[in-house]
Amino acid sequence: MDFLPTVLSLVKIVVVIAYLYGLLWVLGVRVGKKITIGKQSFDISILVNALGALVAFFVVQLALTDFNGFSLLNAFDAGLLYQACTMVMVALGLNLIYGFNGQFSLGQWGFYGIGAYAAADVTYRWTNGDSRGLVVLGSGVVIGMIILVLINKALSNLRRMPVLSSFTLYLIGALFAGFLAVNVGRWVAPFLDPYLGNALGPGPLAEGAALQVVYFLAVVFAGLFAAGISFLFGLPVLSLGSDYFGIATLGFSIVIYTLMVNSDTVLPFPEMKGGRGMIGIPKLTTWAWAFGFMLLVIIIMRNLIRSSTGRTILSVREDEIAARAMGVDVASTKLLAFVAGSLFAGLAGGVYAHYIGFLSPGAFDFLVGFNPLIIIVFGGLGSMTGTIVAAFGWIFFLEGSLRELLGKISTEAPSWRYVLYPLSLLLLMLVRPKGLLNTEWGFLKARLIPLRRTNAQQGGTNHE
Amino acid sequence: MLLEVKDLHVYYGAIHALQGVSFDVKEGEIVTLIGANGAGKSTILRTISGLLRPRSGTVWFKDTNITHTPPEKIVQAGISHVPEGRKIFAPLTVRENLEMGAYLVNDKAEVQRMMERVFRSFPRLKERINQLGGTLSGGEQQMLATGRGIMNKPSLVLLDEPSMGLSPIMVEEIFRIIKEINESGTSILLVEQNAQMALSIAHRAYVLETGNITMSGTAQEIADNPRVKEAYLGV
Repeated sequence: MDFLPTVLSLVKIVVVIAYLYGLLWVLGVRVGKKITIGKQSFDISILVNALGALVAFFVVQLALTDFNGFSLLNAFDAGLLYQACTMVMVALGLNLIYGFNGQFSLGQWGFYGIGAYAAADVTYRWTNGDSRGLVVLGSGVVIGMIILVLINKALSNLRRMPVLSSFTLYLIGALFAGFLAVNVGRWVAPFLDPYLGNALGPGPLAEGAALQVVYFLAVVFAGLFAAGISFLFGLPVLSLGSDYFGIATLGFSIVIYTLMVNSDTVLPFPEMKGGRGMIGIPKLTTWAWAFGFMLLVIIIMRNLIRSSTGRTILSVREDEIAARAMGVDVASTKLLAFVAGSLFAGLAGGVYAHYIGFLSPGAFDFLVGFNPLIIIVFGGLGSMTGTIVAAFGWIFFLEGSLRELLGKISTEAPSWRYVLYPLSLLLLMLVRPKGLLNTEWGFLKARLIPLRRTNAQQGGTNHE
Repeated sequence: MLLEVKDLHVYYGAIHALQGVSFDVKEGEIVTLIGANGAGKSTILRTISGLLRPRSGTVWFKDTNITHTPPEKIVQAGISHVPEGRKIFAPLTVRENLEMGAYLVNDKAEVQRMMERVFRSFPRLKERINQLGGTLSGGEQQMLATGRGIMNKPSLVLLDEPSMGLSPIMVEEIFRIIKEINESGTSILLVEQNAQMALSIAHRAYVLETGNITMSGTAQEIADNPRVKEAYLGV
């Protein structure tokens, strides 16, 4: 047996971890100097951080680039990198819901699936000359969000209702909205189809815009779509206790899975091909997109956690009664964390669909959905650094090296990974019950820059 | 009248916890509710701050009916609840805990001023400002919970068992500060098992027995009552 490739891939893992550490550190550098352009003066640290992120991006980009048949990282490694980036996004979202806000959710994988299918459908249609997918999803998300904001007051009454009554209302609302949408669609289709294109022939719009822009919009809209659904789902369900919330979200995952299996018969999407799997999705995800979306999610998440809203999210996990006594609207806080977490999952789904190019409902089965849960427990509940490292470690070690290593023993051996996962989790729980890392590194640890040092802050460092 | 509670009935499932409680707190007063375990003292505070819903009866605050107002609106109106068992946020630092208390105050300078005021009353907290709440001692945690309770400049503070599990010296300290907070113009509704301490700083007192108010009067009158002496003061 030749173990050299395995040793190499283990080295890769170490390099990746070191790389992540460097990235997080560089993002957190504080220079403390200010530069003034005109009347505006701003902290130079932001420039340094942006530069650091760019370097971090280009180092990997360079390693992926093919120089006359030689590249440091091959296509398989690139695939692992993209998967790791999407896993970071999903797991960070789940950590926000479960680790930081204390709501045990098994629905994260469902929102991931929603994002993947929604984004894939848009670009699939677009490459076939049909721009209706983008227009319908985009306008649907925008109109839907406006409606949700407008009737937010009325919707908040749903929290106080029994879950069954609110779901009955939902069913009636969904039937009505569906009926309305179909009829409006029938009415406007003859006017718009010549521009947007349909099954009969491509329209001018689909030929005009660049595919990369469409991809970006598709992923963003898919994320917002998943967030909107999580808002509607979370409104009545989050009032349940944590355990019941977990069961309800498990039910949600299964509903989504069933809808995916029957997407060509029950739902009007023949191109999704139901249980046979959706093929022909353009493979548009590059390192730039995967890294960009991951960085976006990390920055949003970090700034959210380190804000006063982040403190309320933590306080709700710690003690709901005390949080309410402080004047925190507990229900809205839970909803915010749930919606933000689902948004991250939706974005990740969109990125994943365009990396893999083939979506089958099997990939969104709720059993696979335990992976992000295991990752956040591994990395540490309530630790962003832990989540990021564990997600990369999970993909690179368990999906990468270990599979390679076991594959050398026999063809069946890679299945033994599913024995090693729980064993390693057991071992970790014995050795480090709070997760691999329950501290934060660099950028994630750093506080927001204080506007000016106040007396109270100076008092903290004095030791009389 | 700052706070007026009229004929409050609260149930826990089938248990009739409060059986028609009526009392009031005037501007600038310390009013104490004393009573044994399970008399319903904490239930009253939780009902006032909106954490529990009464089956019947009303709560009036500054001539507004707040019986069915959600807790976050009640806090905004100026009632602050320091819950039993302190319930500080363990993974947050002392500063962050205090900032949580001022969650509904949007003016940063105001938050800073209030924090200074808390540090004047509790210098110990200033020494511990960057320490995690969970690592404080019991007395410091009570200080933090009380300080957190006055961060949003309430006109009424509901204090639930501030002496619970504290050493006698710490109890003296906490009650001295409660008196100080009251002298700076905040009314206080104090629930205590340590009746002697509570009566020593209160203006008026109510005695609560199994969901009913059985006695009321000035703190001196209650302290001199032979039945109270026997049952609660152990004299």
